[in-house]
Parts: sequence; structure tokens; C-alpha cells
Amino acid sequence: MSLVLDKRVTASSTDAITKIRQEFPLLQRTVHDGLPLAYLDNAATTPVPNIVQQRLISYYSSYTSNIHRGLHYLSVEATRQYEDTRKRVQMFINAAHQDEVIFTHGTTMSLNMLAQALSKQITNTDNTNTETEIILTTMEHHSNIVPWQLQKNLRIKYLPMLANGELDLDALPKLISNQTKLISIVHASNSIGTINPLTEIIRICKEHGLITVVDAAQSVGHMRVDVQALDCDYLVFSGHKIYAPTGIGVLYGKRERLKQLPVVSGGGGAIMQVNLDSTSFLPPPARFEAGTPNISGVLGLDSALQFLMKIDLPSLWQHEEYLLDYATTTLQNIKGVRIIGTATNKVSILSFVLDNIHPHDIGTLLDFEGIAVRASHHCTHPTMKHFKVPATVRASFAFFNTKEEIDLLAKAITKTIKALGR
Amino acid sequence: MDEHLQSLYRQMILEHNRSPRNFFPMKGCTHCSEGFNPICGDHIWVYLHADSEKIDRLSFTGEGCAICKASASIMTECLQGKAIVEATTTAKDFYLLAQGTAPNMDDKERFGKLLVFATLHRYPARVKCATLAWHTMLGALNNTATVTTEEP
Repeated sequence: MSLVLDKRVTASSTDAITKIRQEFPLLQRTVHDGLPLAYLDNAATTPVPNIVQQRLISYYSSYTSNIHRGLHYLSVEATRQYEDTRKRVQMFINAAHQDEVIFTHGTTMSLNMLAQALSKQITNTDNTNTETEIILTTMEHHSNIVPWQLQKNLRIKYLPMLANGELDLDALPKLISNQTKLISIVHASNSIGTINPLTEIIRICKEHGLITVVDAAQSVGHMRVDVQALDCDYLVFSGHKIYAPTGIGVLYGKRERLKQLPVVSGGGGAIMQVNLDSTSFLPPPARFEAGTPNISGVLGLDSALQFLMKIDLPSLWQHEEYLLDYATTTLQNIKGVRIIGTATNKVSILSFVLDNIHPHDIGTLLDFEGIAVRASHHCTHPTMKHFKVPATVRASFAFFNTKEEIDLLAKAITKTIKALGR
Repeated sequence: MDEHLQSLYRQMILEHNRSPRNFFPMKGCTHCSEGFNPICGDHIWVYLHADSEKIDRLSFTGEGCAICKASASIMTECLQGKAIVEATTTAKDFYLLAQGTAPNMDDKERFGKLLVFATLHRYPARVKCATLAWHTMLGALNNTATVTTEEP
């Protein structure tokens, strides 16, 4: 095992990692009066590289203006950069058309928009009282459960998980009935890391005519996400998990789908003509971007994607795989550690608990060592219930993390067990 | 780690976490309330046996971190046999102590054992872990079925 791991670490050399770390000011800081920071909370949010920070400064110092609304020099420039980002996102997720990319405030807003709009489209209006069914999974983040629960006349069925944290695919065909119209499913679990076999799941769902929605918040920065290869109808993600600022997200929809999608949020920028009693809307994507958008966020996302397209992502993703393997092996060797979620295919997320020590106490003690992890239910109560734990400690790695940081984590865990274990 | 560790996880806290006092569901209780911290998931129940004047017994059950459990355990000891008025005052004092805003943070007579939480305010993310039991106790006295740390 270790030989294989060592080979992979040379694939993305220590030099390359050192160099890439220099792009992130956050990684240079210390915490608790001088401790170096080991940032292992990338599934919560990622640090922002210099190029993104500079882009925000440049927007706010050189061409602050509203987009699509001004005839002046600054607005023309801001509009061009904003629309160029759409092309960049299109390239990054391999969408067929740039008008399939809608900017939102994040994954949660994207899912709320979709839940509101799609439930209008799929619920019965013919007074037959047959309930429309949709499928979610028990692995979903609360943001892919609650927006659907808020809709009227929807019955939610859940695809269950197996003991190791993979989905029970055999159960899928049995869940689908004539009333089932849609599936909304996470690509990679934010709390346990499982990568779901979406190509297969989407194929099965398409055979039954289901609309398919993918929550790619946790996958998009850590593996290739190709919307045409997945053949999903909609896909959503957030900028702040792929090195862009907070408050910016994407809703991708197939062109033909977006043309039919009801508008659930109206306002300026989305309209063709407003009369006192009726409104005609612009075509997508503008139709779905009412109000002044998060312009600086969009530009920040543009720079983050430029950054990702410039570096050698495939080998860095391999480095993330190495980090996950190394951390899994290292932590498994510590007595008292139980890893939560042992799927074969995982993004670089490692959730664990310790015997007789509550995750929050572990999180605090790791913080005392300068290690930033998340200790919580990770907004996935049903997943925690499945594993019969109230919470877990989650270390989530990005390509700039190092083997040394995992060694530090292991040392701090051993120390925690010594201090708080019984 | 060590300096912070000793400052937050004092021996008494670790000891109460390992063997919490009055840790059982009380049969025949007169008051009971469920407390929940939605941010971190700490979840406890506090049981009281009290008349209109005085609390004669307290107990708790549930799941939480060391700070939460130790705080609940120490609370059940401190309030045993106390007048309801006094319990309410002590709860208010404890909130001030936990937040680091009590006028006399080292007043041994006033705080007694509760002084082990006097450094808690240095770790703001953990203050609610310690106050949950007290919220829940007050909730029980007010006959509120459930309380959370997120209420004003």
C-alpha cells in the first residue's frame, strides 16, 4: 500500500504543492498566537487564491457599475466580464450552451428555485387528487431536502443507504411509480464523501421519464463534472467550495428544460415588457436572474475557474485521492477511531468519531493544535441517523493539503484520546 | 494545546463528563423539559421534582459534549434543595459567568463549583454547550416542553 501511495505523491510533487500553497494568503497565517494553520475544512468552504481577491478589488476600484443597465463605459466593461464568466462556467462543466448557465447566490438558492419552479410544473392541477412523487436520498444535505418539503402536494420518497454509506441502487427501480416525476440527488456526499454513480442512476431515471436534478456542490471542485456526459437536466453548485467568494452559485439547466421552467422570482433584469397587469419575460438565462446580481461574486468565480483551468487539475485531484487514502490508513491505525462512511468511491472527505469522546470536544482540541476541521452533523441529520451518531468530525482535503498536515492530525487525535478518553 | 486544554477542560469538568451525577430519567417528576442546541446537536432532558417553592431533586439524560454534560451534572448538584427563586437567580448568574460578563468573575461564595466555567468565555463557540442545561432547567420550571439555545 505505502509504495503505491509514495508513487502517487511524486506524481504531484511536494514542490508543486508548496508553490500552489503560496497562491492562498489564508494558508500563510497562524492561529492561537503562532501555530501554523492546517486547514482541513475545505468541504465547508475553500480559501480564496490571490487572483480571485485581486479580481474583487479590481471590480470595486476600477469598474464598479451595474450590468445590462448602463450605456456608460464602466457598465459595458462589467457586463462583458459578467457574461464572459458564463462562457467560462460553460467550459468548466461542459455545458452545450452558455445560456444554460444561471447565476444564483449558491447551491441552496439554486435548489430552492428549482423546487419551487419544478413543483409547479409537475404537480397535478387536474383535480384527480393523485399525489406527485419525487425521489431524494437519505444522503442529501438539508438544502436538498427542505426546499422540496416546503412545496405543496409533493410526496417525497427516499432512496436508502447501505451500511457503508453507498446508495442502495437495487431499491431505485422499485421506488419509481407512474406518479414519480423527478429525482434530486447529491453527486458527492458532503458529510461522508461517497461519490454516487450518477451516470447509471440518471440512465435508470430517464428510462422512466424522470426530471433529474444533481447537487454537485461537493463534487465540482474535486472531480471532473461533465453535464453532457451525466446527461442530467439540472445541476447546481456553489462558488465558495471551488475557491471563489461566498454568495455566488450556479444553476445549470438544459436549454430545452429552461425554456419550459416557470419563473418563481420576478424583478428588473428578467423582463421584456411590464404592463400594469402583465409581464413578458426575457429568454433564459436573464429570465432567471431578476435583480442586480452578485456581480463581484460572478467575477470572482470567473477568476477561480481561470485558476483551476491553469493548474494541472488531474494530477492535483490524484494528490487529493492520495491524501484521502493516506489519512484513512493513518487514522484506521489509531485505536478508538471509527471512520464513518466507507464507500469505495469517495471525494477527499474523511468523517470519523472516537470512542467515548464527543465530536465537538474533538473539534475544539484539534483547533487548539491549529487544525481546522468541522465537528457537527454537517447539515445532514438523516445521514447521521443512518450511522447512529449525533455528529462526526470531518477532515476535508483540498489539493494544497499535505501529508504532514495529516500526520499532525493523527498526532492531535492521539493526544485528544489521551486527554479526554476514558 | 496544553494551555488551552487545561483552561477549558478542567479536571472537574472531565470528571463530571466521565461520571455524570443525577444522570437518569426521573420517575414521578413534577417538571420536565427537552433542550436542544440545533447548531451542534447537543440534546438533553432535565427533570425536576419541585413544589411551588423549592426544587428538591433534579436529574438529566441525553447526549452532548463534555462541556454540556459536565455543566448539566454540576447544575443538578448545585440546585438540589434550592428555592425556585434562588435557582432562577443562579441561572442568570451562570449566563453572565459563561459569557464572561459577571461583575465579580472570581466570587467563590456566589459561584462555588460553577467557577470551573469561568474561562469558558474565551471559547465563544462553546458557551452554548454549557448554558443548554440551564435553559432547559428554566424551561422545565416554566412548563415549557422544549427549549433551544437559539431562543432569545
